Amino acid sequence: MAKIILDRLAQHFVAGEILETGSQHGNEWARVTPAKWRTVAQFLRDDFTTALDMFIDLTCVDRLGRSPRFDVVLHLYSVDKKHRVRLLAGVPEDDPCIDSLVALWPGANWFEREAFDLYGVRFVGHPDLRRILMYPEFVGHPLRKDFPKEGRQPLLRRLPGSVD
Amino acid sequence: MDDHSPPPSRHLVMGFGDAANLPEADELPTESMPLNMGPSHPAMHGTVRMVLEVEGEKIRTVDVQIGYLHRCFEKEAENATWTQIFPYTDRLNYVSPMLCNVGYALAVEKLLGIDNKIPERAQFIRVIVGEISRITDHLTCLGASAMELAAFTVFFYLMKAREWLWELLEEVSGARLTHSYVRIGGVVADLTDDFCPKLRDVLRRCRGAISDADKLLTGNRIFRDRMDGIGIITREDAIGWGLTGPVGRSAGLAYDVRKDHPYLVYDRFDFDVPVGSKGDNFDRYAVRLEEMRQSMRILEQAMDRLPAGPVLIDDARVALPPKREVYNTIESMIAHFKLTMDGIVVPPGEIYSFTEGGNGELGFYIVSDGTGRPCKCRVRPPCFANTAVLNKILPGLFIADIVPTFGMINMIGGECDR
Amino acid sequence: MPFSVYTSKLAQAVNWARKFSLFQYPFVTACCGMEFMATWAPKYDIARFGAELPRFSPRQADLLIVVGTITERQGPVLRRIYDQMCEPKWVIAYGVCASTGGFYQNYSAMPGADQVIPVDVYIPGCPPRPEQMLDALVLLQERIQKGEGHSQVVLRAERGYLAPDATVRPDGDAEKAQGR
Repeated sequence: MAKIILDRLAQHFVAGEILETGSQHGNEWARVTPAKWRTVAQFLRDDFTTALDMFIDLTCVDRLGRSPRFDVVLHLYSVDKKHRVRLLAGVPEDDPCIDSLVALWPGANWFEREAFDLYGVRFVGHPDLRRILMYPEFVGHPLRKDFPKEGRQPLLRRLPGSVD
Repeated sequence: MDDHSPPPSRHLVMGFGDAANLPEADELPTESMPLNMGPSHPAMHGTVRMVLEVEGEKIRTVDVQIGYLHRCFEKEAENATWTQIFPYTDRLNYVSPMLCNVGYALAVEKLLGIDNKIPERAQFIRVIVGEISRITDHLTCLGASAMELAAFTVFFYLMKAREWLWELLEEVSGARLTHSYVRIGGVVADLTDDFCPKLRDVLRRCRGAISDADKLLTGNRIFRDRMDGIGIITREDAIGWGLTGPVGRSAGLAYDVRKDHPYLVYDRFDFDVPVGSKGDNFDRYAVRLEEMRQSMRILEQAMDRLPAGPVLIDDARVALPPKREVYNTIESMIAHFKLTMDGIVVPPGEIYSFTEGGNGELGFYIVSDGTGRPCKCRVRPPCFANTAVLNKILPGLFIADIVPTFGMINMIGGECDR
Repeated sequence: MPFSVYTSKLAQAVNWARKFSLFQYPFVTACCGMEFMATWAPKYDIARFGAELPRFSPRQADLLIVVGTITERQGPVLRRIYDQMCEPKWVIAYGVCASTGGFYQNYSAMPGADQVIPVDVYIPGCPPRPEQMLDALVLLQERIQKGEGHSQVVLRAERGYLAPDATVRPDGDAEKAQGR
């Protein structure tokens, strides 16, 4: 259904840039090297055949134990052609940086802030990269697999006698 | 003095425009004032903090700060079995919880590969309860927004209509608000015997309540003055910011998942999707009002064509067997035990499944690694993107315009912050 | 008649007036807010109990109803709103999330509003039915009549009306409660 996107990617980019593609459960996806993240996204938006002009989602997956540890995942949709694609890029743990897509889609602003807040992935070129869901005094990135689920960092001293 | 003109230091200022022409205007010190519309505010549905920089009453910049209701849906989902996540999905968009339930169930069913084996009656029931939830979502949005514009009567009319719908959903699922009615493979129990006649009666009364609200608001001069031309979102904005649902459709972006990528049995129903043209607050109000009427059309058609049959898939690896068999056969008892203790085993894979939630494209991006718990269960929240656009459309408006604009964006804290 | 009879009758009369004219501050955060709106709506009319008027300023309210989940980020906000209210003031924790955290036991949800403010009445339920809210309101009214709301006890302790060995649950400012 959206194989044409993967074909256009294969035509336009070399194998070292598009690492892997696939199609599973009706979703087409392509794994991109992080250095070409913005280039591929911009191509998919501007190309007439793919025309993936609508930003849907940007998130991050923590694959603890795998190298590179984080996968930044982008979902795009085309309003005219009604097809969609998922782009993935592996980002290492020690320097989790990737290009920001805010210049291409203004809607990516908050989604990238959320990925930074919860996973610690830095988006180079983001105009205002700060925490969005957690408070600024919070230390750590809570959705990482090694962050405890009940790792509370209270902002306020508890009342004496209250049970946690 | 012989020219009888007032001394220069006492110019009469006749209108607002004159003040800028005064020679002293350049030296008048002005600075913008920071104003905090704090997280606990009657017009901030739930909790959103807006740090405004205002000049007089006009807003210069706004910083919308969310996150005051971050309840860690994804972290909880990573520690729960696939069926235990349903109560968490209820509390995402808590005014249309059935739609979130259905969206999540569809995603997991696709990953399991059983999405074409769901019984037909279960699909019709999912559509029926989903559309009822959509109507309650729009009733709450319009009611609360009207209340904030001081139209209390409309609030009471629409809350009364919402009560009737909630009573009906309570008969079916057991709870008024957080139903957890849908399961992977179908729904947990069949509709009650007199559900359809009662729903028809409720819809007739709801039509009356909605038309009362319509007559009170749509032609109302005060309401129109506060809503027309305020908070305009263009079609390019909608595409660039990822706005879907009533907000995106009011901007002219004719995208509705039920029509463009039909799921469940939506392709069998005949309904229209209202699309606005100006993208202002009034368009969003009108789109929601009309969507309620179209949802009622879908409900009438669904009730007419509701087939008989089972409501849960007959697959012991996915759905609990019926109680009579659990108590009488050993295979069902073992299946019940394994499902309750270990949960469903979903093969490794990932999927992005999307449905039309109350606010737009509600997506579930689920990554499974083969254990009984999700590796990642992400919600793509439609009102997260819808609230982000406030940073663009609020500057230039007055403080009083925040109230209808924010109300019509319909930010639901549980979905935005998760 | 002895002076203490007048003061106790006066206290009863004042408490009677207080309990039937509660000005609520609905601190609404989450899903329980929908059921709270339903309690306010025509069917489960809370106006029958005199507690209809929501005052969206803590300065003008005396009943703080914590509706919905309180996150750690919201804690200082809640405490500040509570501190801004004038005594005597009462707190109802509406829903399990405000009572104990509910089924959200994670890094962001505070396990109950009573971690940062003292609560008079807890309402379990997820979300509680409007009838539970009305029941809790009646319970609170009984407590107000007897003068046993937390803030009322603290006030009496401050003014020296309590027996020296009476235990007062600290309000966060322990010195204020014990001082005479």
